[in-house]
Amino acid sequence: MKEFAYTIKDELGIHARPAGLFVKEAAKFPCNVTIAKDGKAVDAKRILGVMGLGVKCGQEIVIAADGDQEEEAIATLSKFLEENL
Amino acid sequence: MEIKGKSVFKGIAIGKIEIYNKGNKTVVRRSIEDSAAEVERFEQAKQEAGTQLAALYEKALKEVGEVNAAIFEVHQMMLEDQDFIDAIIGIIENQKVNAEYAVAQTGDNFAEMFAAMDDDYMRARSADIKDISERLVGILCGVGADGIRSEEPIILLADDLAPSETVQLDKSKVLSFVTRHGSANSHTAILARTMNIPALVSADYPDDAEGKTAIVDGYEGILIIDPPVSVLEEYTSRLNKDLEEKALLQELKGKENVTADGRKINLYANIGGVSDVASVLANDASGIGLFRSEFLYLGTDDYPTEEQQFLAYRNVAETMAGKKVIIRTLDIGADKQVDYFNLGNEDNPAMGYRAIRICLDRPEIFKTQLRAIYRASYYGNLAIMFPMIISMSEVKRIKEIVEEVKASLREEEIPFKEIELGVMIETPAAVMISEELAKEVDFFSIGTNDLTQYTLAIDRQNAKLDSFYDSHHPAILKMLKMVVDNGHKGGCWVGICGELGADLTLTEEFVNMGFDELSVSPSMVLRVRDKIRKIGAK
Repeated sequence: MKEFAYTIKDELGIHARPAGLFVKEAAKFPCNVTIAKDGKAVDAKRILGVMGLGVKCGQEIVIAADGDQEEEAIATLSKFLEENL
Repeated sequence: MEIKGKSVFKGIAIGKIEIYNKGNKTVVRRSIEDSAAEVERFEQAKQEAGTQLAALYEKALKEVGEVNAAIFEVHQMMLEDQDFIDAIIGIIENQKVNAEYAVAQTGDNFAEMFAAMDDDYMRARSADIKDISERLVGILCGVGADGIRSEEPIILLADDLAPSETVQLDKSKVLSFVTRHGSANSHTAILARTMNIPALVSADYPDDAEGKTAIVDGYEGILIIDPPVSVLEEYTSRLNKDLEEKALLQELKGKENVTADGRKINLYANIGGVSDVASVLANDASGIGLFRSEFLYLGTDDYPTEEQQFLAYRNVAETMAGKKVIIRTLDIGADKQVDYFNLGNEDNPAMGYRAIRICLDRPEIFKTQLRAIYRASYYGNLAIMFPMIISMSEVKRIKEIVEEVKASLREEEIPFKEIELGVMIETPAAVMISEELAKEVDFFSIGTNDLTQYTLAIDRQNAKLDSFYDSHHPAILKMLKMVVDNGHKGGCWVGICGELGADLTLTEEFVNMGFDELSVSPSMVLRVRDKIRKIGAK
């Protein structure tokens, strides 16, 4: 399993549209991917769960990938977050 | 084919006809035997919803650009969300119930989850979830999500439309309303005027009109179905001319409401919901003279909470950015019925249990609304007015309740502003005691629709009486003058928020009488401004 932490810089937080784009990215990989805030982890491939975390600007999230292509998943998602959130 | 009706708003519309489907969208829980078949129904509906959303996305992409269209893409993803789907299928399989119920239940659960979040943006997303579940339920019941099935704007034909139905309509898809019933003062008519679109009432259209091309001529009061090419061409050029005139009126934006001889008057707009604020700003009104609060109570199954009301009022207060917003407290009853109020049937509802009478009789409902308004007052320039007043004792009781509400907010250290309190003058009794009332309140706003029906003893819902209903009756004009004079004597400012306020043949008389404010449909603001600016011109 691979994981990394990221602090959200977008002032709107993870709102609907970036949540949708993030979920799309995560869904490209066969491994399990989770996104967690304050220890609460949800499936990163499900938009309602990701939005339900209510991640705001300045908060830290932890992305974890487990299974096939976990390294690629982490690299892609980390790049996505840097560029978009 | 040409059908005669009574025009309630001038203008021309050309488009395809859709007959409003009253289709019962109330979701009933039904037990089912074959849950696999029910899951299959859901899967089919989901596929259809996905197709609809993809089409909406494409359309929005062309019309409003990628950023604004993205919401439909998000809706598509929510629709495909595995948690959402699992919950629905789980309910169908475990409870052996119909797909409509499972979808509605799941939609409510997810919407509640968002509604409970501590973030305005995320709270607003519960509406997205509801939108999706309603779309699915609509497909399952064979009814469009908003009652309108077409994705293109249409001419909407209906027997009649209840206020709660008009609240839910996607108004951007309506070019014109044509109803079989309803009078010139019905809610459909008022809505058409607010939207600035032609509309006919009392037009007996044929049942097989669905999907046909038609013209609504709001000048002549006719609906032309399947017009010949020559007629269609003539109307197309007239429609273009109308659009040019509208563009001319736009030039009046930003100009003062002052007569040629230097007299000023405030020109505000009437609205029936948060979504109307855009047209208030687009038409350059300097405030909102009548914010009907009924929309919060109509179109829901239970009393709106203080928080829901607060968010709506605050939204409008903030959007209007310091311009005056006069909220009229609950005016339910009479022709506006809401099931959960359990008002019971009345022989004469216009003179019955309604408006302030309900509020004073059920003070808890009233206090919830007042608390919400006072909390929102902190965020803008609000004022409150009370409908259907007939006596001094009512006003005194209202002021006591207002003081109680303010005291409780102070105790909880919730910030609010001291705001103006006014009364609607819409009963002959209020006119006759206006001198006394003026000492108790800050302003009067005359509701000419009810005042006329009570003074002339004419039921405004009865289309048969339209020919007897004279909105320029000398009795009414004398009353208006009396209210202005008595109001000013007692230090009140006085306005009109009824339909008569937009009557261009009376604008000059209103200015001469000394009115301080006229509040009209957003679409009439610039026309009235044009009229005001021509008064006294040499």
